[in-house]
Amino acid sequence: MEIIVCIKQVPGTDEVKVDERGNLIRDGVDSKMNPYDLYAVETALKIKEEKGAKVNVITMGPPQSEAVLREAFMMGVDDAYLLTDRKFAGADVLATAYALSQGVQKTGSPQLIICGKQTTDGDTAQVGPEMAEYLGIPHVANAKKIIELRENSIVVEVDMANTLEVVEVQYPCLVTVEKGIFQPRLPSYKRKLATKDRTITYISLKDLNDQDEKQYGINGSPTQVERIFPPDANTDQEIWTGKGDDLGNKMFDKLTELKFI
Amino acid sequence: MAGIVVSQEKIQDINGVIKLCPFGAIEEKNGAVEINAACKMCMICVKKGPEGAFVYQEDEKVEVDKSKWTGVAVYVDHSDGDIHPVTFELIGKAKELAAKINQPVYAVFIGNNIKDKAEELLYYGVDEVFVYDNISLKDFRIEPYSAAFEDFIGKTQPSIVLVGATTLGRSLAPRIAARFKTGLTADCTILDVKENTDLVQIRPAFGGNIMAQIITPNHRPQFATVRYKIFNAPEKTENTSGKITVCELSEDKLVSKINVLKIKQKEVEENISDAEVIIVAGRGIKQEKDLEMINELAKALGGQVAVTRPLIELGWGDARKQIGLSGRTVRPKLIITCGVSGAVQFKAGMMNSEFIFAIDENPSAAIFDVAHYGIVGDIYEVIPSLLEKIKSL
Repeated sequence: MEIIVCIKQVPGTDEVKVDERGNLIRDGVDSKMNPYDLYAVETALKIKEEKGAKVNVITMGPPQSEAVLREAFMMGVDDAYLLTDRKFAGADVLATAYALSQGVQKTGSPQLIICGKQTTDGDTAQVGPEMAEYLGIPHVANAKKIIELRENSIVVEVDMANTLEVVEVQYPCLVTVEKGIFQPRLPSYKRKLATKDRTITYISLKDLNDQDEKQYGINGSPTQVERIFPPDANTDQEIWTGKGDDLGNKMFDKLTELKFI
Repeated sequence: MAGIVVSQEKIQDINGVIKLCPFGAIEEKNGAVEINAACKMCMICVKKGPEGAFVYQEDEKVEVDKSKWTGVAVYVDHSDGDIHPVTFELIGKAKELAAKINQPVYAVFIGNNIKDKAEELLYYGVDEVFVYDNISLKDFRIEPYSAAFEDFIGKTQPSIVLVGATTLGRSLAPRIAARFKTGLTADCTILDVKENTDLVQIRPAFGGNIMAQIITPNHRPQFATVRYKIFNAPEKTENTSGKITVCELSEDKLVSKINVLKIKQKEVEENISDAEVIIVAGRGIKQEKDLEMINELAKALGGQVAVTRPLIELGWGDARKQIGLSGRTVRPKLIITCGVSGAVQFKAGMMNSEFIFAIDENPSAAIFDVAHYGIVGDIYEVIPSLLEKIKSL
């Protein structure tokens, strides 16, 4: 069996600010693997341990994203692919999902694609389902448990709003996993040494089946950011300063006045 | 092709322009400045770079005929016909948007044994409800649901489609958006519409303290998801003028590679989305046992305790109690934040609360931007003092 896990490098901090002119100020370029993806990698490795599988990872991003692929090596994945090309720049969800769906096809023929539930920088949770659509395969989102691995299908427990559903999906399919499905293992130093020379396969536009530039990056992105701006401040407000005791009393009086006490 | 074109001869200070980019997307290769795949098209280099060095070049695009796409559609989120309240909130917003561009409001209702539940939607002002009622649509399985949704869009050609950002909506909406190769903006907190029917979608972006205004200028339909408790549900009307249209799907569209084996009702649990009073613990809490003070305050005020993402990451709270874009959206009568700095992700999840009290030591904490009462002080002093007063009653 072949499994591919889609991972992403995200900023290590959420301290992003905008100046008065609406420009981004971002201090440092600290970055890490999207925390939700650690669960996706762990899920794949657990399946590998139980049933035997080849586990690959893919990410799309600039060459610096190699760091998250190396991290995945340290957790125990087999091969890593970096989907990178200037032509992919400025991709929104649709163009990202399309590029990834094309990239995944260049890694072999995975029966199972696993994604984290969402990323911490975009928080959209859309790329997984969109990829599945482009690949023409079923998907199940928010898996919180693997119930059974069958010959031609996987049975998972899915966390819906009011129900827990046990769902069987035939391969090939895409599953997005919840945080907490398994405890992600820590990257091992031993594996770091063992994998330090392992090659990462680069995939660029010219390697893909569909090389039409119009499908990728900004050209393939239907959405456009018109402007960015700091959130509105609440103007109708009171700010209180002073000693802790006095502030507590003041709060008590106000909450009483508003009938919460 | 559209993109940012770099004119090397207009760049003198290569290191200077590399620093322009907050995403590290400008790099030097063999003495030439290039833009790599990290580019987010924020245009800072175009605005701030040397004159003419970075120029945004747009394509001549085949314009979509926007007049062929009319109507604002709402996906009816439900479980076994029990309509999720986010649906009514979206209908309220859809009516507002539709009135501005003088277009109808549609609802698409997909499930099994739901025909008689569709009428209720008319009382909220929907002009036409399209019902797909079939035993194969009993459980949520992505292929048949997508097929029904696709059929609805083919029939009505709506300009705008709003979907509740529920677990189901977040799985279904992207699938349909990709099928129509169009834009989808997740978790919008503000929606408006331009005269040319472009949907103005505002949401927190880049994981930081920034709002982005996003449009889908050349694709239809325009998809957006919105969380529960962001918008207001309209009042139910006494009379209706809309109609219900029952649609059929051919059997081959109803097949699925998914088999729902078992459905277990979750135990009804305390849900922070329904709480009238919420006390939130943030990063200002120094150790796990100090949460006791927060619990006490919640108990004293008859409310529930919620937490921020950093506390979830520390394992100090239940993910279901998390407020923010990666947690729940809340809209209580009273919310008191304790040691919460106020990341935009968090604020987006609570800024519509009726009364916001924020306690934090740092006078420039972003939480004070949304607070009605900003209490600049140490939670370890303010809360015990408040508790003491309440107890002495």
